[in-house]
Amino acid sequence: MTTQEEPGLYGMMAEFDDPNAVVAAARRTYEAGYRKINAYSPYPIEELSEAIGYRRNYVSLTVLLFGLVGGLGGFALQAWTSAIAYPLNVGGRPLISTPSFIPITFECVVLLAALSAFVGMLAMNRLPQPYHPVFNVPGFNRASQDRFFICVKADDPNFSATGTRAFLEGLGAKEVSDVEK
Amino acid sequence: MADAVKNQDYVDPRPPVVGPGLDFRSITQKIADIVLMRGFKKGWVFGFAIVFLGSIMLFNTIAYLVLKGVGIWGNNIPVGWAFDIINFVWWIGIGHAGTLISAILLLLRQSWRNSINRFAEAMTLFAVACAGMFPALHTGRPWVDYWLFPIPNTMQMWPNFRSPLMWDVFAVTTYFTVSLLFWFMGLIPDFASLRDTAKKKWQKILFGILAMGWRGDAKHWHRYETAYLLLAGLSTPLVLSVHSVVSFDFATGIVPGWHTTIFPPYFVAGAIYAGFAMVLTLAIPVRKYYHLEDFITLRHIRNCCKVMLATGLIVAYGYLMEQFFSWYSSSTYEMFMMKNRMFGPYGYMYWILILCNILIPQLLWWKKMRDNLAVIFIICMFINVGMWLERFVIIVMSLNRDFTPSAWYMYRPTIFDFTMFFGTVGFFLTCMFLFIRFVPMIPIFEMKTLLPEAQVDEKKVEDLENGKAPVGATPLPQFGD
Repeated sequence: MTTQEEPGLYGMMAEFDDPNAVVAAARRTYEAGYRKINAYSPYPIEELSEAIGYRRNYVSLTVLLFGLVGGLGGFALQAWTSAIAYPLNVGGRPLISTPSFIPITFECVVLLAALSAFVGMLAMNRLPQPYHPVFNVPGFNRASQDRFFICVKADDPNFSATGTRAFLEGLGAKEVSDVEK
Repeated sequence: MADAVKNQDYVDPRPPVVGPGLDFRSITQKIADIVLMRGFKKGWVFGFAIVFLGSIMLFNTIAYLVLKGVGIWGNNIPVGWAFDIINFVWWIGIGHAGTLISAILLLLRQSWRNSINRFAEAMTLFAVACAGMFPALHTGRPWVDYWLFPIPNTMQMWPNFRSPLMWDVFAVTTYFTVSLLFWFMGLIPDFASLRDTAKKKWQKILFGILAMGWRGDAKHWHRYETAYLLLAGLSTPLVLSVHSVVSFDFATGIVPGWHTTIFPPYFVAGAIYAGFAMVLTLAIPVRKYYHLEDFITLRHIRNCCKVMLATGLIVAYGYLMEQFFSWYSSSTYEMFMMKNRMFGPYGYMYWILILCNILIPQLLWWKKMRDNLAVIFIICMFINVGMWLERFVIIVMSLNRDFTPSAWYMYRPTIFDFTMFFGTVGFFLTCMFLFIRFVPMIPIFEMKTLLPEAQVDEKKVEDLENGKAPVGATPLPQFGD
């Protein structure tokens, strides 16, 4: 099979009505050599993302880094303002009074880490995204309700309009449809 | 028992956390219908009109307060803090149950929390918003409240970070922001469900914008779950820090009755106690009115009662220790404070507090009481009042008679203290009414994960993979399988 792309085709979508069936189908699709697979479900299914070969994400790393930035930044802000920008003698305490800076340092860690978890998750998911080809599939609105979908993308080297359709139908999908770009 | 669980012979004796007969579609419909329905229920309109009057009372009080100054309140030296800080601590405390339910119970894998977490998180947000008004207005010049934040300014001045009041600013704003993120993040997949079930065009557009193009991609879910867990992990120490910081406002002072090390844990326990009471106060009527008995089951309510019982006992221990500390300190002022607290001019409030917070909730030890919604509702009302009194007892009674008798002063609230307080109650309920009507109050996608047919069964998947089982619709397992 060639890597030639079908014009105007994003991929091929198969619809399932049972979580076990979609996980089994996803595994078989992956075993069949397809790599550019997307799966859709109304609620998170751990086995499903594993089945399409997706095991780790970088959300935790982002959160760790931003948490550290928040902590260091928060402490530096307090130290700089209290000792350099606006030195103030409060009850004879040292200008950099570390113990009383801890609560705000901690809050800054949490604030930046939480913001990065939220923004980072959306950014890595490329959201907000007003348009996506999969919404063209009739019945895809049930992906947020009670249906499960597998989409083999057209840029997968093994993809061919007829071959992939036959393969997905062989997996016992309820419905197989083209995804227009 | 562990072996039995492994062999799947073990049957959970507890009642299920989702009612029988629900499936993916009916869960979506039942919850989405409350939001997508046409028009308003009569009861909702009636209730909203009443609580909205409360909001108007609040706005008018604030307008008059800003016009005249904080002198319209009853607090004066030495009771420089009274209703404003009492209400602040009370509202913040109520918010804490929301985070406890959404974050700590998630980390502890208490899946029963799924149906009440959205509701409790919304409660947190609105309670923290109400709480924030009091210190912001108590500054007397709310238009310069931005001085509280480290913003470069032409005066070349910076906040004093050694002050617990600054810690409060950071703790409360962080808490509000993180609660908002957590709440909104939980809503994204549900907004997608609403977008996909809505019939009207404007609803599709509105929820489409809010869902931000969420399509339930497995990779997205993977990152989403990680981020959600991390937010829960971050919220857990955050929520403990917030009320600890609030208690530092008192504990770092030298005023008798405030200067104790037990304050942080005792405040946190009290916050959770008050918060669960408020969750039940709201959930019991809402569940009945919207027929949500399948989602918020008796098991949820019983669990909440048990949490209240446990945290109530921690609070009782706190009261006992306060007595012990004042005796053990051998300090004249501490001992006088305790005597004044129990038998002084406000003494009756202390005994009402003991009645509301310690004696009456002990009824929850009886299973019969935990099954009776009317009894639970009344007990929760007592706890709501009791926790407010606790802050009155700690704050006003320590300040009104401290070291020098010549500075003693009897504090009396004015009418504006009450309109402000009940105004925030009205504002809080206004927000809750709007939330219940316009946002899915029960997480749709999280409820689906509780259904037996939502679980992926490795054995069935393998059979399907090897072609041993017929592909397609597998029979839905019956409830209790």
